This record gives sequence, C-alpha cells and structure tokens, in this order.
Amino acid sequence: MADNLKCSNCNKEATVHLTQIVNNKIHKVDLCESCAQKKGVTDPQGFSLADLLAKSNLTQGLPDLQLVCSNCGLETADFRRTGRLGCSACFQVFADVVRPVLEDMHVGTEHKGKVPEVALTRQNSQAKLQTLRDSLARAIAEEAYEDAATFRDQIKAFETAVAELEATEA
Amino acid sequence: MIESLIKNDRAELTQSAKKASPVVLSTRVRLARNLADAPFPERATSAQRSDILSKCAGHIGDLKAMKEGVFFDVSQLSDLEKQVLVERHLISRELCETEQGSGVMINKDQTCSVMINEEDHLRIQFLKTGFNLNSIWKQVDSFDSDLEKSLDVAFSEEFGFLTACPTNLGTGLRASVMMHLPGLVISDQMERVIRAVNQLGITVRGLFGEGSDATGHVFQISNQQTLGESESEIISRLWNVLKTIIDHELNARFKYLEENRAKLLDKIGRAFGVLQNVHFLTSNEAMNLLSLMRLAVDFHMLPEANRSDVDRLFIECQPGHIQYAAQEGIEPELRDIARADKLREEFSHLPPLIFDKIGESN
Repeated sequence: MADNLKCSNCNKEATVHLTQIVNNKIHKVDLCESCAQKKGVTDPQGFSLADLLAKSNLTQGLPDLQLVCSNCGLETADFRRTGRLGCSACFQVFADVVRPVLEDMHVGTEHKGKVPEVALTRQNSQAKLQTLRDSLARAIAEEAYEDAATFRDQIKAFETAVAELEATEA
Repeated sequence: MIESLIKNDRAELTQSAKKASPVVLSTRVRLARNLADAPFPERATSAQRSDILSKCAGHIGDLKAMKEGVFFDVSQLSDLEKQVLVERHLISRELCETEQGSGVMINKDQTCSVMINEEDHLRIQFLKTGFNLNSIWKQVDSFDSDLEKSLDVAFSEEFGFLTACPTNLGTGLRASVMMHLPGLVISDQMERVIRAVNQLGITVRGLFGEGSDATGHVFQISNQQTLGESESEIISRLWNVLKTIIDHELNARFKYLEENRAKLLDKIGRAFGVLQNVHFLTSNEAMNLLSLMRLAVDFHMLPEANRSDVDRLFIECQPGHIQYAAQEGIEPELRDIARADKLREEFSHLPPLIFDKIGESN
C-alpha cells in the first residue's frame, strides 16, 4: 500500500475521502476524522462538498512559487493546504498564485462591483499625510527650513481639506 | 444570555410571515468584509482578535440599523445557546467553532446580524421572510456604506473586497433564498433542477437534510461566484433562476394535484391528523409534516394567517429550540416527546382543513 494520504486541512492521516465531479473535472478531498467533523462532512445539515472543494482542491497544481508574506508570515504551502490567505498584504505577495485559482472559480477575474470610496479616500489621504509628515521631519533634521515650511503648509492644507470632506459626509 | 432574543415577539423569522409567499420562506444577503490593517481571524493572535472584536463591535453598535441591538461574545455562550442561534440563521456553525475573540451583533428585530472574527473579520447579513432580494441588497449595501465611513476595509482594485478565502473575493456577496419545493421533490424533478442551476453557478443544498431529498423539502439556493460581476448582476442572475424555479414548482404542484388529487389530499389530511394527535415525533418527521401544512396554506386548506405559525414551527421544532424551551439538556427521546406535545398543542388551535377551495390561484 502506498503512503497514507494526508489530510488536506491539517496534514494528519486522512481517513475520509471524498470525490466529486465538478465542471467535468475530478476533485478529491482527503480529510482526517477531526477535520471531517469540523467541516461538517459527517453532518448532513451543514456540509457542502462544493465549499470544501473550492477551499482546498482548486489550489492544487498551482505554479511552484515559494513565497512568504512579510506582514503575516503566510507561506505558499500554507495557502495550498488551507486555500486561505492570511491578511490583505497577502494579495500582493501571492497575486500570481491566486490569479489562476480564480479562473475556475468565478465569472471573471477582476472586480466589477462596489468600491468603498470613502474608506479608500481616507486611507489614501492618511498615507499621503504620513509621507508629508515624514518629509517634514527629514527636512527639519537636515535643517532644510524652506522645504520644511512648504511641507508644513501642505500638511495644513491637506488636513483642512480632509476635515471639510468629513463634515460634508456627516 | 439569549433569552431576550427567543422571547422577542417581533423577531422577523418566527413572527412575521405576513409578507411570506408560497415557495419562498426567506431571503438573505451577506457581505464578507475585512479590516485593511489586521491579519485575518485565522492568522491573528488572540490579542489581535480581541482588539478587532472590540473595535468592530464598537463601530457597528454605533450604526443606526443596530439601535437597541445585542452583542454576544461567542466564548460566553453555551453550546445549546449557539445551536439555537444557528437554527435561527443568526450565526454560522463555523462561528461556533472559533476560539476566543469572536462575537455577533444582532439588531432588534433580528433582520440584521454581523458576525465578527468568523472566517473574515466581518460577515454582515440581512435576512427577511419572503422573496425580496433587491430590497435586502439595498439594505445591506447601505449598512456597509455606513460602516465604511468609520472602518478601513481591505480592498484592491483588481480583487475587490479582500477575503480570507478566494471563493468570496470581489463583491464578497452571497445571496441565498430558502425555498419550499415539495412539488419538485414529489415529481422527482429536483435532481434535474439542481444539475441545471449548478451549470449556471448557483448552488442548491438541503436545509434540514441532504441532497435532493431534503427533509421538509426546504432548500437553500445561492450564488456561487462573487468576482467578475457587479452586485446587481449577481442579484439579477440569481433572481432569474429563482423565478424559473418558482414557476416550475407551482406547475409541478398543480400537475400533481390534477393527477393525484385524492393521494395528495390524503397526505395532507393525515399529516394534519397526526399533528393534532401525535405523542412522539422526531425532528425529521416534524419537518416533513410541517412541509405538508405549508402546502395546505398554499392550497387554501388552512387560513393564510396560519402561515407564520407553520414557518415559526419549522424553527421552533428543531433540536436546539426544543431543548432550550425545556430549560435543560434533555435526551433525544424526551425531546421527541416535548416536540410532539408542542405541536399537538399548537395544532389543537387551528381550524379544520377546508377541502373545497383547493388549488384556487393566489
């Protein structure tokens, strides 16, 4: 007998094996007993093989990139095993690993829906403000006082604009 | 802890079936959202999870839609309380499995619930009786827009709203409709319907049972894909499929009634008799009997006013609710007795079935 199959969720020995044909492709999932229980495989009320497949099997056969997210520490192998990303920074790190997964999974591979304008504007303005503050600090450290004055004015103007924007939204 | 929820006489799912329709029991739309600057729940430390939980709970509690809402820390709930909330569709099984630092906020009439630190930081759902995808989408959309004013959500131009699992990327939107489909089941068409809608990216699953033989003939039908289409495209694609299923279901019912009138009336009549006299009843059998009672309302054999009772009993006869009502953990056998007592009592108040208005269109 070949090596025992490992659970696709946690790497323990798999005792539950599921096979389903989706879109003419054979998908197999192997799970250990406790993961099978946790995923609701043994519970007819809560189980959908489709969900499970989407979360584990579709991540097989991806390009062999060994990547690590510097923000949360997720590695390519973790994503393969669990089918899940660890934080928003992961999407930049693992973009090339994620893209092929999406092709089989969704109608398209690019977002066409709602855009959180308010949050994005705020995030961008915070990032810009931070850059300006950093520049100001650097200018002061370098005793480039004319530059420092320019940055200080820019910061002031920026803060006023943000305050006005927030006032109109409230 | 959850007593106020159960005793609430204005809870949407158990109290307000006036708006309910034949075929569709309830409609739900949920959005998956994450904070931009924190690791997703599964990779967050317990300290980070606690921070996320209190931060999100604070912001959500401030929203108008959550006025007079309640918050539960999942780690403070007993297993039975969790089960009751799952049976009321207010939290997911997955949330029950989480360790420290997860919670849920539920608004006053239980139409809106937000799970915190489930698979994603936020799972926002609106749930109402009847078939009203568009208006529920509008509600959840505006809730989400309000929340975005105070929370920085994780978003990318390419992938849309960022979620732990790629199956939810893009809109993060899952719309699902609970449908009562006895006609399609009884005429052996359910498997064909499931295969056909799967091709269209729509998922069907039995709510109380498995596959095409779902107990109680109640199915949950939802969109599978979330990326590559706008929210309104997802909603309208699902709506078209659901509309077709409703038409097929109604046709199947009337065709069955035409061809097997005595058989069908006998089934409904016997079910009614059983419910008035039963002394021992499993959850599965209860769901199947209640399914026939819902059909009786659709066929005008019972007054429309009793529709909400039937829909409420679908929920209140599930194992968690029976145990919760008994105020203690009771063995399955005693549960079956308690369930029978409850249904016998409820059905003793109903008027007799009327057999001469059957099949009149709605």
